[in-house]
Amino acid sequence: MSLTVDSVTKKFARFPALNGASFVAPQGSFVSLLGPSGSGKTTLLRILGGLEFADSGSVRFADLNWLDMPARTRNAGFVFQQYALFKHMTVADNIAFGLRVRPRGRRPSKADIARRVKELLALVQLPGLDDRYPSQLSGGQRQRVALARALAIEPRMLLLDEPFGALDAKVRKELRADLRRIHDHAGVTTVFVTHDQEEAFAVADLVAVMKDGRIEQYGTPADVRKNPRTPFVSEFLSA
Amino acid sequence: MSKRFLNPTEDPLWLRLLLGAVAVGFIAVLLLLPLALVFKEAFANGVSAFWTAIVEPDALAAVKLSLIAAAIAVPFNTVFGIAAAWAVAKYDFPGKTVLVTLIDLPFSVSPVVAGLIYVLVFGMQGWFGPWLIDHDIHILFAVPGIVLATIFVTFPFVARELIPLMVDQGRDEEEAAATLGATGLQTFLRVTLPNIKWGLLYGILLCNARALGEFGAVSVVSGHIRGVTNTMPLHVQLLYDNYDYAGAFAVAALLAMLALLTLVLKSLLEWRYADELAASHRH
Repeated sequence: MSLTVDSVTKKFARFPALNGASFVAPQGSFVSLLGPSGSGKTTLLRILGGLEFADSGSVRFADLNWLDMPARTRNAGFVFQQYALFKHMTVADNIAFGLRVRPRGRRPSKADIARRVKELLALVQLPGLDDRYPSQLSGGQRQRVALARALAIEPRMLLLDEPFGALDAKVRKELRADLRRIHDHAGVTTVFVTHDQEEAFAVADLVAVMKDGRIEQYGTPADVRKNPRTPFVSEFLSA
Repeated sequence: MSKRFLNPTEDPLWLRLLLGAVAVGFIAVLLLLPLALVFKEAFANGVSAFWTAIVEPDALAAVKLSLIAAAIAVPFNTVFGIAAAWAVAKYDFPGKTVLVTLIDLPFSVSPVVAGLIYVLVFGMQGWFGPWLIDHDIHILFAVPGIVLATIFVTFPFVARELIPLMVDQGRDEEEAAATLGATGLQTFLRVTLPNIKWGLLYGILLCNARALGEFGAVSVVSGHIRGVTNTMPLHVQLLYDNYDYAGAFAVAALLAMLALLTLVLKSLLEWRYADELAASHRH
């Protein structure tokens, strides 16, 4: 049940975003894609989520040909930098969305959905905020709701695109610790995009340092820090 | 008592009063006064005279035709407007700017020219004229022509209202819905539509008001057959040209009332859903 990304390329109208990115993430691991802006990390994440399409290369997850599946059937929870909560829905309705849109046969009962929403709100430490609208929440609270919403569908993969980028340092640290706790609790393979190396090293099992649409180095935080393989990696880490 | 400083964004009292008076004055003279005069003239001979002028068969036929034209044009342009705004806001494709410019065309082209275009296409000497006559299909000087002209002039209202709104809202929520397993239709009904419903409603109301009030384009294609191809605005002109001022003003008042009803409806909905409206504007 591991995730295998093999030489994925993607070209936008004028510039190449990915030039053959490859890595393997074991089942249940927490991988950080780390790199400066324009290194292709968000594009790679969006390809994993089905929001962007690769020009070539392949992605296998368990025994699935991942790139042939539409976003809708991948069952991969996605957390966006700008939260992307449904503005016109309450917190509870946001979290329940993924369960309510399931086809009738797989849709849980109303009572089950309500119970699941309560559990998730407790998990992300926002009990009692069910009836609030996103506009009534702080940035940190919104991102917790977005995380709960992504977890509600019992995802087989969790994808996070700079989820803490818009938050202040203190909130970032709290959320980072909570994210790791939630990941360990759910045991779901997680890919996390960030440009903040401290964040990447603190939270991930494996770090992929990216540059110009390629993965420069891939390994455990300790390994990457101790043995930077290219001048770019050592320079990026010392910045 | 400490000296009171002006708030940096606050202007002196005399200037505020002057600007306020100018605005109110313009509205009173240019908008309210003519409207009041229409109603005064309409009811000059009493309510029963007004009523007689309205239930007169030709007037009723005109009301009916206007409502038919609006009832076809508004749903058509609503569906088109949503489709166009959706395409422009959520997808990138070549020729997008051309499409947006084309949608604006009916705003920039004079309605009379729009009417003439239909004469050129469907008229006796037009492209399809002879073929239409051979098959006994009547478009010009008949209801289909009036509906087509109405659709043309009211084409941009819904699309114009929705495009900036949907571009501004971006694709984030739709992308989130897709990753959560929603189908395209579920995403549209549960995410996109609730987010645009106020803009959509406003566009539909404007489209409806214009559809009922359109004069120029409809005038060219109508042929002014009394009781058959006259819409309300055309009927007003016909009565006025025949020195039937009481009748003209009665129908004009009815037309104005329909427009006012539209505005009242809009205000009522805004008042009823004020909380929701405020919530959807904040981020």
